[in-house]
Amino acid sequence: MMAPQVFVLSGMGINCERETAAALRLAGASVDIVHISSLLLGRSSLQDAQLVVFPGGFSFGDHLGAGQALANRIRYRQMPSSQTLFTELATFVDDGGFLLGICNGFQVLAKLGLVPNTRGKHIQEVSLAENLSGRYENRWCRLATATDGPARSLASPEPIELPVRHGEGRVVFRDRAIRQSVIDQSLNWLTYVSQDGVPATAFPENPNGADLSCAGLCDPTGHVFGLMPHPEAFATPYMHYNWPRRRRDEESFERKADGLQLVRSLLRWMSQDGANTLDGPRGTL
Amino acid sequence: MMPDIVVLSSAPRDWAHDRAGQRISKQVRDVLRTDPGIVSTATAYTIQPSPPDAVLSLLLDSGLGDTILQTLHAGQPVRPRDARSFIATDRLPGVADDRALTLSTVLSDLWDLPPAKISVHVRDVVWLQSVLDDDTLQSIAEQVIGNPLIQSFHFGAAKDYEGAAETHFPDHQPAVTCINLPIPDADLMELSNRRLLALSLGEMRAIRDYFNTPSVQSLRADAGLGIDATDVELEILAQTWSEHCKHKEFRALIEYTDLEAGKISCIDSLFATYIEGATKHVAGKLRSWKHDWLLKVFNDNAGVVRFDDDHVFVWKVETHNSPSALDPYGGAITGILGNNRDPFGTGIGGGRLLFNTNVLCFGMPDSEKPLLSGQLHPRRILRGVRKGIEDGGNQCGIPTVNGAIVFDDRYAGKPLVYCGTGSLAPQFIHGRTWWDKHIDAGDRIVMAGGRVGKDGIHGATFSSSQLDETSPRSAVQIGSPITQKLLFDFLDAACSLNLVKCSTDNGAGGLSSSVGELAALVGGADVNTSLVPLKYAGLDPWEIFVSESQERMTLVVEPKHLGQLLELAAFYEVEATDIGTFTDTRHLIVRHAEDIVACLSLEFLHDGVPRKRLDAEWVPPQVAEPVLPDSIDHKDVIERLLADLNICSREAVIRQYDHEVQAATVIKPLMGPSADGPQDAAVLQPDPTSVRGIAVSNGIAPQYGDLDPYCAAAGAFDEAVRQIIAVGGRLPGPDHDLFWSVNDNFCVPNSVFDPIANPDGKRKLGALVRMCQATYDIATAYAVPLTSGKDSMKNDFHADGQTISVPPTVLFSAAAGIADIRCTMTTDFKAPGDAIYLVGETYDEMGGSVFYRLFGELGAHVPCVRPLQARSLYELVAQATARELLESCHDLSEGGLAIALIESAMGGRLGCSVSVSPIAQEVGLCAALYAESHSRFIVTVRPSHVPEFQALMGSRAVLLGKVTSQDTVVIENADITILDALVDRLARVWKHALGAHL
Repeated sequence: MMAPQVFVLSGMGINCERETAAALRLAGASVDIVHISSLLLGRSSLQDAQLVVFPGGFSFGDHLGAGQALANRIRYRQMPSSQTLFTELATFVDDGGFLLGICNGFQVLAKLGLVPNTRGKHIQEVSLAENLSGRYENRWCRLATATDGPARSLASPEPIELPVRHGEGRVVFRDRAIRQSVIDQSLNWLTYVSQDGVPATAFPENPNGADLSCAGLCDPTGHVFGLMPHPEAFATPYMHYNWPRRRRDEESFERKADGLQLVRSLLRWMSQDGANTLDGPRGTL
Repeated sequence: MMPDIVVLSSAPRDWAHDRAGQRISKQVRDVLRTDPGIVSTATAYTIQPSPPDAVLSLLLDSGLGDTILQTLHAGQPVRPRDARSFIATDRLPGVADDRALTLSTVLSDLWDLPPAKISVHVRDVVWLQSVLDDDTLQSIAEQVIGNPLIQSFHFGAAKDYEGAAETHFPDHQPAVTCINLPIPDADLMELSNRRLLALSLGEMRAIRDYFNTPSVQSLRADAGLGIDATDVELEILAQTWSEHCKHKEFRALIEYTDLEAGKISCIDSLFATYIEGATKHVAGKLRSWKHDWLLKVFNDNAGVVRFDDDHVFVWKVETHNSPSALDPYGGAITGILGNNRDPFGTGIGGGRLLFNTNVLCFGMPDSEKPLLSGQLHPRRILRGVRKGIEDGGNQCGIPTVNGAIVFDDRYAGKPLVYCGTGSLAPQFIHGRTWWDKHIDAGDRIVMAGGRVGKDGIHGATFSSSQLDETSPRSAVQIGSPITQKLLFDFLDAACSLNLVKCSTDNGAGGLSSSVGELAALVGGADVNTSLVPLKYAGLDPWEIFVSESQERMTLVVEPKHLGQLLELAAFYEVEATDIGTFTDTRHLIVRHAEDIVACLSLEFLHDGVPRKRLDAEWVPPQVAEPVLPDSIDHKDVIERLLADLNICSREAVIRQYDHEVQAATVIKPLMGPSADGPQDAAVLQPDPTSVRGIAVSNGIAPQYGDLDPYCAAAGAFDEAVRQIIAVGGRLPGPDHDLFWSVNDNFCVPNSVFDPIANPDGKRKLGALVRMCQATYDIATAYAVPLTSGKDSMKNDFHADGQTISVPPTVLFSAAAGIADIRCTMTTDFKAPGDAIYLVGETYDEMGGSVFYRLFGELGAHVPCVRPLQARSLYELVAQATARELLESCHDLSEGGLAIALIESAMGGRLGCSVSVSPIAQEVGLCAALYAESHSRFIVTVRPSHVPEFQALMGSRAVLLGKVTSQDTVVIENADITILDALVDRLARVWKHALGAHL
């Protein structure tokens, strides 16, 4: 099987591209770090990727709101093809490509309406609002993965642990209907949970006060994923906040890195889904 | 005719979404004890020229904000129905504003106009529900919302709100002023003071003599210059000769009288003797061991050591004290961003910025003392600085991995803000050695990054003066992390592509400093200030040349690469401009348009400053050990220690710093099962496919300086070193080649004796001498090189006839190579049954301890470093680490053994049962529990490793007890229980003390 081809975007204040690429490589992907201007100037083409990752960072400093200015550029700037990058991304997904937005990347995908996209109209349906605490937080969280819905293939039997690092991560839905639609379609694929595994509503288990304890959303096709926590920050066992103790207590220590596991699941899902549902060049993962 | 200007506004959709309004409301209550009622916020954007309607509708549809959270509309903010008062805040002309910058970029995406052609002004409007008088509104504006040094405020009754007036920059035709120098001494000093040159009479005379020299006059005549000096020339000299840039006091001739030893000696430069001297000594030792990792020290923006076969490690720590006293947020953010540019502008330039550190010294945040004119409350400084560090690091994607906070009332005038940055760079770029700066005549001078404005003029000279009510407001600046991030992305690419020959940053002194220093490497430079891109017109040439406007680098570019470099800059959306050429004329020439406006001999510029001569003396303080109460309630003492601001948890601060971005932080500042155990040093693993790492720590101990500054410096150095030993590091030795790199940063009060203005100046300088002597002694004993550093010599705040001076303070910031990150250690206890040992010797050394301070005492017996004894201990600990005998290791510092034990127990959420009898028998119970003797650790060892561990350590380790599965910390002495407390309770006390002040 060929290694999946991944573009990890960089530039304009994105700052997690290096470790995101490293985690994807550890998971077996073939990764290019692509400056967003390369896409906008038509020097790189989405045709060459099966997965495009919007990593974490502070695009344009997050002034005017997290991810806002980058979303504007993607939605409005004219490319040499006289298309917008937004149109190309939408086509890319329609053609079977995958998008992953992490933290600031999730904020961008949400602003663009690419996720959760419950009605398929690419209208912004959720916001990542300022944390209820009013503060930026770097904190590890327990997370449950949905066992049904479009992201079921990313499910892990036990809750996983990943760090969040954001000031604006509180999921807010535009209206009740969208919220209900997210519930009905099981698009809320990643949930902050407490020690006993139930959805967390209070700080600090729910670090930002997100509605539905939501840490991540996907679209109904299972091709677009966004999440606030950082899987690339737990790509080796030695990145965990308690690794010395885990090493002593757990035999499987060397194999346990929840973020890497999540990325592997995504790549596996891409290859299954691609093989099952697609034909054409992207079907040959 | 339609006005060519449009105003758009955004506001939170409802009050529940208005976090900013809620924050202001809370702070008004906290700080001013006034009820503002409901506070809501709005933002007005004034755009010029007015965009076409189609663009406006896109902006209001989604471009300007998030319509789920905000309402967007044309025109000024709408007054909420129940608002009774308003405060509007505008940045002063020329102060950086990232929101305006971002909106211009957004506009340029919607509209066929480059961002530089679009002017955006952002105004913040705050509506308050209460009817408040103008004095109260002004207090809210200046003490809660902003700072009059960088912002202007309008306020009043809500119904009277009006839009902002258009910003007008003063109409000024750039000009050069000529200054007649053959004048009497008194006039020379008047000139120095009037122009804020911060030059002494001797220095002014040297300048006068230079311009009077016939050969200089004839050369200047050839250049079209008269006999008078130009303002450009004077400002260049003042900047280059400033204490900040030239370190005149650190390089002075000092007569040092040691009244304790009855000796008088002459010190020919503190820097050469003790700092550079120590590194030379260590370098000799390293050579004898055939180690070649020490690559570049002291003569570039940062020190360089070899990390592995492919990479070098670059490391710099600096201070940004004066700006942080005036505007804490701006001072701290420009401090950290400025320090980032040091490793980035070392050698060829570029690289990967791996981490930031910060060490902060503040006044007591709960101080009730009345403030002096111009002084900000310590709590406000704490909050602003913390936020600046957060934004500077987080927004650039650089993890803040290690730091410290020291509280002492003497920092209430000038806080100390130490910012550190480490980076990795390739050893070679296209065969060229990365850390070399090579320049040829004919190479182009390119300025890249932000534009130049009046901000930050006189920063170098101002930080070389004492702070008072008249300090120049132009020294205050706000950083732009996004501008710098784009600049770094560009520059790293340009350096990797071999388009840059070498580079340096524009920090203190601006172009004058960067071009002046590079010119010295090649033999001349010729710059045209009229080519420099400006934020706004009307700057005089001297202002352009010495402005410290942020986020700029100066690049040396071969002419054949210029075109490609400028294209690359455009791709990265970074402004880069060719402003001149390097020459071999032995002169620095500055032109403005067609005219030469400065012509200075490089030799005079760099070596013409007269040597300072200073006097220092050391008199030991008259002190005694206190008599403490007969019965001490140790449970109470320990809880008070845990809640002491100098001991309590830093979690409330650390959580808001991204300490994990780049996914390299293996030992994080907080670890253990509850992720709250404090760690001694950070460990980074730059490449997840290699186990090689870097440990980073900071040592600072000004509290001992009141007894003996020598011991304070020695203790700080030892602290930095032992924290690295604690995580698994190893001192340099013949059998391994792991690098070490230490930055020294001295911050002292004005130490130049003056019978009226500074009568105890000699003693202050004596303190500095002793600190330097300790630095030499410990560095050479440990064979640890100092690779870079800085001194800040005027940390005094004058107002209303009073002076607040910092205690003499030195920070040592250490970084060291780690062979295998999998063998590093954390401080938290790991499992019940593990044996707990105290490693290292305890003495009756409670002088300067936090314990004594609880009783209002200083004491006399200051903790001393015994470097040879410590060195052998560190080797034993390193061997124990290498053989993987240790489960946890925590160094002892403030609060002594009692606090270290409790921190390790809390970190592991495990109990312990220990007896301190073996120590107490020797030094007494209080010293056993609370003495802050250096070079000690609490370690745990699993039962199966105990025999091997004991055989290795011998008498250097004392068994205290064991880790338990109980949830209590039990400490006893001679069968009497001293403490039996729940871990959770101790943790609560320890964790909540600081948060209340943030």
